[in-house]
Amino acid sequence: MSIEKPDGLTPSQTIGPFFAYGLTPRAYGRPELATEQVAGESVAGERIRIEGRVLDGDGEPVGDAMIETWQADSEGRFQAAGNAGFTGFGRAEATAEGAFFFETVRPGALPGPNGSRQAPHLAVSIFARGLLVRLATRIYFDDEPGNAQDPVLALVPAERRGTLIARRGADGVFRFDIRLQGEGETVFFDL
Amino acid sequence: MSLIFPRKGLTAHPLNNSPDYRSTLKRAPSQPLILLPHMLSETTGPVFGHVAVSETDSDLTRHHAGEPLGERIIVSGRVLDEDGRPVPHTLIEIWQANAAGRYVHVKDQHPAPLDPNFTGAGRALTDAEGRYRFVTIKPGAYPWRNHHNAWRPAHIHFSLFGPSFLSRVITQMYFPGDPLFPFDPIFQSITEERARNRLISRFDLDTTQPEWALGYRFDIVLRGREATPTEEPHEH
Ligand SMILES: [Fe+2]
Repeated sequence: MSIEKPDGLTPSQTIGPFFAYGLTPRAYGRPELATEQVAGESVAGERIRIEGRVLDGDGEPVGDAMIETWQADSEGRFQAAGNAGFTGFGRAEATAEGAFFFETVRPGALPGPNGSRQAPHLAVSIFARGLLVRLATRIYFDDEPGNAQDPVLALVPAERRGTLIARRGADGVFRFDIRLQGEGETVFFDL
Repeated sequence: MSLIFPRKGLTAHPLNNSPDYRSTLKRAPSQPLILLPHMLSETTGPVFGHVAVSETDSDLTRHHAGEPLGERIIVSGRVLDEDGRPVPHTLIEIWQANAAGRYVHVKDQHPAPLDPNFTGAGRALTDAEGRYRFVTIKPGAYPWRNHHNAWRPAHIHFSLFGPSFLSRVITQMYFPGDPLFPFDPIFQSITEERARNRLISRFDLDTTQPEWALGYRFDIVLRGREATPTEEPHEH
């Protein structure tokens, strides 16, 4: 079979406001591909909960967003390594108040370029009405000493780095708000 | 086989800062994006096996007791990488309005009828050659409030994963000859005409089934190329 080189990438379009019954269909009685529960009970590692809100440039909640997470397991292995009950993939629909959460295990550190070490993190995609292309960010954790040597955090101006770091409250829950625009705007990556 | 993910092709995508689409105004980031070198979290991605998809998931006309109203269609095509190689066993999720232009979604207020025999959501995995096939109903155009007399051209929403976090994309498939194209700021947010046209399926007599349904072809090209020894392993 001869392979013809395609004209180019299929362009992105917005997820729009009506994705829920397709992608996050719990309320519609369809089986879900993935949920906020990233790791089953049997998965080894420190169980953590991350909570946050998606907010627009006026600080108003974004009530029609989908957030996806992708992560390594507690030993820094991705899905293919065969950790039962753990896909490493999470998906959440924001509530009308823009709120979301994930329950997972704290990921392990990962190798980075030139012998560096990436601090534990989740890769995050945000899709919403009004976003024509998904936004990509990362969730780091405020109690990880490795953040200081992380090669990605090092690329971010110091004054904006905090937007990538989830902060653990007295209740043990990590807070991570996503501000799409304006004051305290979350750092988003060019992939 | 190892894949690389050059950035060159990304100019096909729209900018989030596309003010004619009004919902972007308070949602598009104002700060420049920060260039992220591709590391493990980006070059890997979730894999979904057959457990994610049931046999009837790709036939949206068989999800209820009766047949939905509207024009039955077959939407098929291939998922390819940037070199034109098939992307095998990758998940596709779709959702759409019914023939009257109404979504099942609780927030859709368009005063057009719901169809008790049509939900409008489906899933499929590509086969070893990257092929997929859905049977569904041709969706109707629907109004939205972006501007005076704003109507979306008929479309099916597509969500794909491909081999990595980098290849993830959500898009919309359109139908050939739609008179609403020039007036739709979402379609027009793609500034390159050739790139825009890649979202328009084409009528296909070969996949049309006599006495049953029209066929539309829609090929999808995801990020990723095979690394060759002459190329840098990463393009930052
Ligand atoms: Fe739509």
